[in-house]
Amino acid sequence: MVSHRLLVRKLVLICIAMFGFGFALVPLYDVFCRYTGINGKTENTAAPASRRVDESREISVEFLANRDPAVPWSFAPEIPSISVHPGQVKIVNFLVENLSGVATIGRAVPSVSPGEAARYFKKIECFCFVEQPLDAHQGKAMPVQFYIDPDLPSHFTTITLSYRLYNNTPQTVGR
Amino acid sequence: MSTENSNVLDINNDHHADERDHKPKGITRWLYTTNHKDIGTLYLLFALLMLFIGGSLAMVIRAELFQPGLQFVDPHFFNQMTTVHGLVMVFGAIMPAFVGLANWMVPMMIGAPDMALPRMNNWSFWILPFSFFILLSTLFMEGGGPAAGWTFYAPLSTTYSNDSTAFFVFSVHLLGISSIMGAMNVIVTIFNLRAPGMTWMKMPLFVWTWLITAFLLIAVMPVLAGTVTMVLTDKYFGTSFFNAAGGGDPVLFQHIFWFFGHPEVYIMILPAFGIVSSIIPTFARKPLFGYDSMVIATASIAFLSFIVWAHHMFTTGMPVAAELFFMYTTMLIAVPTGVKVFNWVATMWRGSMTFETPMMFAVAFIVLFTIGGLSGLMLAIIPADFQYQDTYFVVAHFHYVLVTGALFGIISGVYFWIPKWTGVMYSERLGQWHFWCSLISVNMLFFPMHFVGLAGMPRRIPDYALQFADMNAFISIGGALFGLSQLIFVWCVVRCMRRKGEKASTQVWEGAHGLEWEIPSPAPYHTFQTPPQVK
Amino acid sequence: MKRNLFGIQCFGNYLLLMLILFISAPLQAQTEKYNMTRGATDISQQVYDLHMAIFYICCVIGAIVFALMFWSIVYHRKSKGAKAAQFHGSLKVELLWTAIPVVILVVMAIPASKTLIAMEDASKADLTVLVTGSQWKWHYKYMEYPIEYYSMLATPRDQIDNLAEKTELYLRDVDKPLVLPTGKKIRFLVTADDVIHAWWVPAFAIKKDANPGFINETWTKVDKPGIYRGQCAELCGKDHGFMPVVVDVRAPEEFDRWAAEQVELQAQAKADAEKAAQQTQSMEELMALGQKTYEIHCAMCHQISGEGLAGAIPALKGSVMVTQDIAAHIHIVVFGKPATAMQAFGKQLTTSELAAVITYERNAWGNNTGDLVQVADVAAAIEAGE
Repeated sequence: MVSHRLLVRKLVLICIAMFGFGFALVPLYDVFCRYTGINGKTENTAAPASRRVDESREISVEFLANRDPAVPWSFAPEIPSISVHPGQVKIVNFLVENLSGVATIGRAVPSVSPGEAARYFKKIECFCFVEQPLDAHQGKAMPVQFYIDPDLPSHFTTITLSYRLYNNTPQTVGR
Repeated sequence: MSTENSNVLDINNDHHADERDHKPKGITRWLYTTNHKDIGTLYLLFALLMLFIGGSLAMVIRAELFQPGLQFVDPHFFNQMTTVHGLVMVFGAIMPAFVGLANWMVPMMIGAPDMALPRMNNWSFWILPFSFFILLSTLFMEGGGPAAGWTFYAPLSTTYSNDSTAFFVFSVHLLGISSIMGAMNVIVTIFNLRAPGMTWMKMPLFVWTWLITAFLLIAVMPVLAGTVTMVLTDKYFGTSFFNAAGGGDPVLFQHIFWFFGHPEVYIMILPAFGIVSSIIPTFARKPLFGYDSMVIATASIAFLSFIVWAHHMFTTGMPVAAELFFMYTTMLIAVPTGVKVFNWVATMWRGSMTFETPMMFAVAFIVLFTIGGLSGLMLAIIPADFQYQDTYFVVAHFHYVLVTGALFGIISGVYFWIPKWTGVMYSERLGQWHFWCSLISVNMLFFPMHFVGLAGMPRRIPDYALQFADMNAFISIGGALFGLSQLIFVWCVVRCMRRKGEKASTQVWEGAHGLEWEIPSPAPYHTFQTPPQVK
Repeated sequence: MKRNLFGIQCFGNYLLLMLILFISAPLQAQTEKYNMTRGATDISQQVYDLHMAIFYICCVIGAIVFALMFWSIVYHRKSKGAKAAQFHGSLKVELLWTAIPVVILVVMAIPASKTLIAMEDASKADLTVLVTGSQWKWHYKYMEYPIEYYSMLATPRDQIDNLAEKTELYLRDVDKPLVLPTGKKIRFLVTADDVIHAWWVPAFAIKKDANPGFINETWTKVDKPGIYRGQCAELCGKDHGFMPVVVDVRAPEEFDRWAAEQVELQAQAKADAEKAAQQTQSMEELMALGQKTYEIHCAMCHQISGEGLAGAIPALKGSVMVTQDIAAHIHIVVFGKPATAMQAFGKQLTTSELAAVITYERNAWGNNTGDLVQVADVAAAIEAGE
């Protein structure tokens, strides 16, 4: 009589491994995104300081502020766009104001277009790294300090940085 | 009836049949059976029932699309129809039918007494009716059933769905477990229970294609399980796999889903390739052309199926390099598929063919599946795909490969093997009627979809602009006729099950070769209790 | 002898059919009803050419394979006395019919790659538009002008419900199309507010998914003025089939005139809204504006009758929400209900419209609460926040 036990065990292990692989795709995807720029994802942590500036090129950086309808804030960039040399560090403010009479917490999610340029967009400091609380009727300027990596391929001339602002106040997070 | 031009031989008498033919009686026979023939029958009858249920849902869709305007159903219900139609056909009709054919034929083809794990085999089947009962019952719940398409993209399926999602997830988990257990059974059976002398390269191609399919199943069904689990936790347990607000990404869903989804569609066609590879040589009375090549081609298709998934996602905004990679791999997969088609034609070439019903369906398979495959090649060309994606052109493509491909393959297999299962020949007249009615109506139904898709009609819409009206009316009529034509098939099958028809011989078909054609018809309840020696 | 003739006749008919199809193909290709559009841009023409090229290649491959099959079916049948050959295979043949398809594919891949790379290069644009999809309408915002607006299906509900005759532009028209200039490179930034949508204009060969939380970009340059229509191309819920895209491309001078007009109109609307905020309206005024607003924005889900859809969309007729607590009613209309199809209309409607539609809901269909909701009340609710 042939014993099937060994083969069955191997097959069950493959199944379990593939189930784990399905979940492993989640961090794998993030790593891949960071490397290739799918969906224009940028790092969520501070980038190292810029080392050199390439004066021969100018990149136009545009700013977009999208507000999720559930956020009772106004949200807009101070300036719609700015021209920078790759490597040059700039600070741009995004202005928010809590229009409601209730303290709210917001969280901004960045997205860069074109996607392939995302990994060259280095943020030294960004309000998107942490949640932003605002009291009733409070307004503030949220800065993003960034530079474009001089290694940016030459065919890129315009980069758009877009933020989507979500309402992260505990009792309103949707289910 | 043994004229020169038929494939059917005279009766053979087998005196030992009675001893091996003892069957238990009553309903407990079917509930507790561990016999691969019984379980094969259960799967096939279940699949036939699900084919009609899925078909009825399609009839609701086609009734609503018969004319512009909303006549019969509201858009939310329509979305439930398209969703459940897809789920039922994929997981309830096509896949169980193939498993049923595997159960019946694989042990006999390799000279094994039964499947390697007979009790698990029973469980694999009985999970299915339970799972579909859950899925179909959601249609009657308040708020309705799942409505995000069989592909259930997030966040439509997570944040913006109703509580039927929980039942849907549970049902899919059960279906996955059933498929995985079935696949493991097939692999262990083929690895361990081949008769002495049945080397790898002597196995019938149906066994090869099912072996490769089974590996695909155990590789990707767990990934589907992971996907639906993530949908469940995103919806109910506060995770953010697919929710941007929490740091997740809706496009991630599509990557994980299609990593399962693309191999899944090959799971749904490879066994049909195996069936056609059994039928053509039999009716051409000629060996299969390029057996080795066919095995390699099947394995290549299976391997390539893992690296093409993002061709379902060309419009999601991928980097150009990724788009190009997936375009090239997708185009490449046409090569081994084409090789298989050429090999079938070469098998026919200079054969001595007769055209009984199985052969008719097999020939139709080759022609129509090729059309489906060619429209798939068109879809691979990304710039053009931007115009095809999410339109009826895609609907036409996958219905050609799944209906005139997989389903016709299954039907031809049933006609081919039913004399072995039941001991009687099906009625050739009914079979021919079934064939011609199906052939004409299926093309009425799906061919014009290419045109409305090119003309700009998106998919998954319950109502459309006036320029699409004429084609849609024509398509709906084709659909109704196709559905009705399948009743002829049911009649045919029922007649055989009631043993009405001419008695079938052991070999049944003149050109048939293989271990399964050396046992009596009907096949005794237990076959190959002692393994045969294969030369 | 007779059988041979029959076979030749069959085969001859087959060849004739193929010939007719081939010759008529270019004519057939003209018909917009059956084939992809050539479109209005350089890229769309390239896409059309790629489509026709791969189509013809597929036709030739199919014709050859099917011709061989049918020949075989006619001549290699047992009833004709054919004797089966017994060849098993041929390595040479296998290699040949593997290599030749690879060559054909490489030949197709080259122009396809070129066109794709061109399509994905949105740099050096003259104008940028932010396109935002939501359930079930589009929003356009021009980056270079202070112009933004929603674009919704313009087909009256009656036509969809078969109560009125369908007009020519049934399901293809919107209230405010996207207006663009000819001859300029226009970049689109595409995103969504809720679920995944897709912005598709066949005449531009543009289809880009609108992913919530992220932006995608694409571009076009239209040479011919005209009206170009498209649709949402990703299942996004119940009214996925009811959110068309309409682009009105005009000569640059006309576009500039339109833009200037819009800037003025939007500034005017803002001023009007602010003025209205100071005034109180009568019941008649509120009900009139409220009914109009309801029919455009709310009836798709809650129905003209206010009865909703059992199990999926709550009824407003006789419901607790619209007859009891006014503040809660205002809140749900302005801020929506998270994780449901009830959107936050605060973003989409003016405060006057909000006040009017809430008043309408509280008094229509026999609800008759007698409540008047004024702009000041709506503003107070926004003040109260979440």
